[in-house]
Amino acid sequence: MLYRTVGQFKTSYAADHALFPVRQDAWLLGVILVFAFVIFPFTASEFAFKALLIPVLIYSLAALGLNILTGYAGQLSLGTGAFMGVGAYACYKLISIFPELNPIAAIFLSGFFSAAIGVAFGLPSLRIKGFYLAIATLAAQFFLVWLFEKWAWLYNYNSSGAIQVPTVSSFGVPVFGPNALSIVQYYVVLCIVTVITIAAINITRGRIGRIWKAVRDMDIAAELVGINLMKAKLSAFAVSSYIVGVAGALFVFLWRGAAEPVVFDIPLSFRVLFIAIIGGLGSILGNFLGAILIVALPVLLGTVPAALGLPISSAMVEHLNTMIIGALIIMFLIVEPHGLARFWEIIREKLIMWPFPH
Amino acid sequence: MNVEAAPARAFAADDGVAPGGLLMDVRNVSLSFGGVKAVTDISFDVRKGEIRAIIGPNGAGKTSMLNVINGFYTPQKGTIVFRGHERRSMKPHHAVRQGIARTFQNVALFKGMSTLDNIMAGRSVLMNRNLIWQMLWHGPALAEEIEHREKVEEIIDFLEIEHIRRTPVGKLPYGLQKRVELGRALAMEPSLLLLDEPMAGMNLEEKEDMSRFIIEVNRQRGTTIALIEHDMGVVMDLSDRVVVLDYGKKIADGTPDAVKSDRHVIDAYLGVAH
Repeated sequence: MLYRTVGQFKTSYAADHALFPVRQDAWLLGVILVFAFVIFPFTASEFAFKALLIPVLIYSLAALGLNILTGYAGQLSLGTGAFMGVGAYACYKLISIFPELNPIAAIFLSGFFSAAIGVAFGLPSLRIKGFYLAIATLAAQFFLVWLFEKWAWLYNYNSSGAIQVPTVSSFGVPVFGPNALSIVQYYVVLCIVTVITIAAINITRGRIGRIWKAVRDMDIAAELVGINLMKAKLSAFAVSSYIVGVAGALFVFLWRGAAEPVVFDIPLSFRVLFIAIIGGLGSILGNFLGAILIVALPVLLGTVPAALGLPISSAMVEHLNTMIIGALIIMFLIVEPHGLARFWEIIREKLIMWPFPH
Repeated sequence: MNVEAAPARAFAADDGVAPGGLLMDVRNVSLSFGGVKAVTDISFDVRKGEIRAIIGPNGAGKTSMLNVINGFYTPQKGTIVFRGHERRSMKPHHAVRQGIARTFQNVALFKGMSTLDNIMAGRSVLMNRNLIWQMLWHGPALAEEIEHREKVEEIIDFLEIEHIRRTPVGKLPYGLQKRVELGRALAMEPSLLLLDEPMAGMNLEEKEDMSRFIIEVNRQRGTTIALIEHDMGVVMDLSDRVVVLDYGKKIADGTPDAVKSDRHVIDAYLGVAH
């Protein structure tokens, strides 16, 4: 079956608004979903769950949140790590205050806390833009991490100052904590990421997505076509921070199992920003591609040379990883500012023509 | 295209003003930036259904005047009565809701978005499904999307830009960008359309096309138009009445023929020995 648009006619605007203008795309996605929901869970090892599958999904979600703000609404943010922290701490407090609360509900609820904080720190965006706004979000980054350290109530006056994830079950199945099975955690993460991704796709292709993109491309003109800039920017901050907060809760509760404030410091913000840039700003797919690259690269560097019999120390792996990611970021900024997602677009365009390029 | 045969579509929002009635009245508006007086004590009116031109040499305050009308600047003195409501200051997005749309001297499109999305963005004010419906997509949000898409397609047909529907506007040539911008303004279904130099930098053929669109918008849709233009031939042919500004002051107001022979206008354009 060739990748073709021939013979696929659209007879209604509803069909024209469909997510996959080319039928083969839908099949491809179906195959990927079958892998994600069926084949991976039953073939993956414990290591694959913990080092690849779960972190890829969580980082994708965090990058998706950032991408809504930076890639769609054009508001540069360096506070992603801190907003993830807000989600994680909110989830921690929710399950300590309401032990009966379903863990999945706790995760969805914790996003609202980070959304509120995100809107508060998004207020400067009404006055300043570009790099200056990035600096303002940097203030959020430093302030919130400081707060996580100093406000002992947040970590239940723990002597270690870190949050330790207790075992919490949903309908008798442990979801959080050391007793939870990786496969359960994987399914929970996968379902949450899938639901939020679908919602994000729907928002960004409709009225609100257009408003965000209009603000990104030219805010003065956006105002003069009747868009309320304040609403547009703050809604972008709210939706973005919600998603980032949920990612933060997943990050601690379904992956790491414990977290100190320093985890949410600026390297995490940068990591998520790199994923968004390498994947492609203003693209949903890009977040997943970027996360696969950033998460899989160190794993590959750690396992492939060893399998080939090349002795590489773990320190060397880390250095190589930093060097390669740095080089990739520079390359993307120069060669293809729209990232991996744009590469996929180009491949698709070529594939539709192939093998008759004229 | 046969203009006569085309059905008259009621595109302009019902603004409660009878044809020929007073749509907008600018009263004694003055605007200054620090010591610079951009506009001094200007009054003029716009009647429903007419094409009103604002002309004048460079720096006469024409664009400032448009910016006052659509709420981008707040004048220090004077008021504007639009559809019977008097006001001095307002946010631009409120002006849009009241029915004032405009295009810009330098094209101000959303460059990363397709032609279709740009024009759809012009209808944002008319759409109101909230975030929850948007997330679900299927159902009310999609129905609204399709309803507005149909209106947008009519505009695309009208402006003859079907072939660039999916093209990002940043890649379009200048003349087409101007056309898309007109489309975006039309999508807002304005009762008053402000055009800031719609033909700047166009060749003759593009100017003819644009003139045709302006006349058709005015006649078929009943949209009142206020335009700034430097091409005198275009202004004299298109407009019903002309107001002439020079150094921020109004120096003439009337039909094209009356303005053309006005002493002050000739002086302003040709210069006069003081």
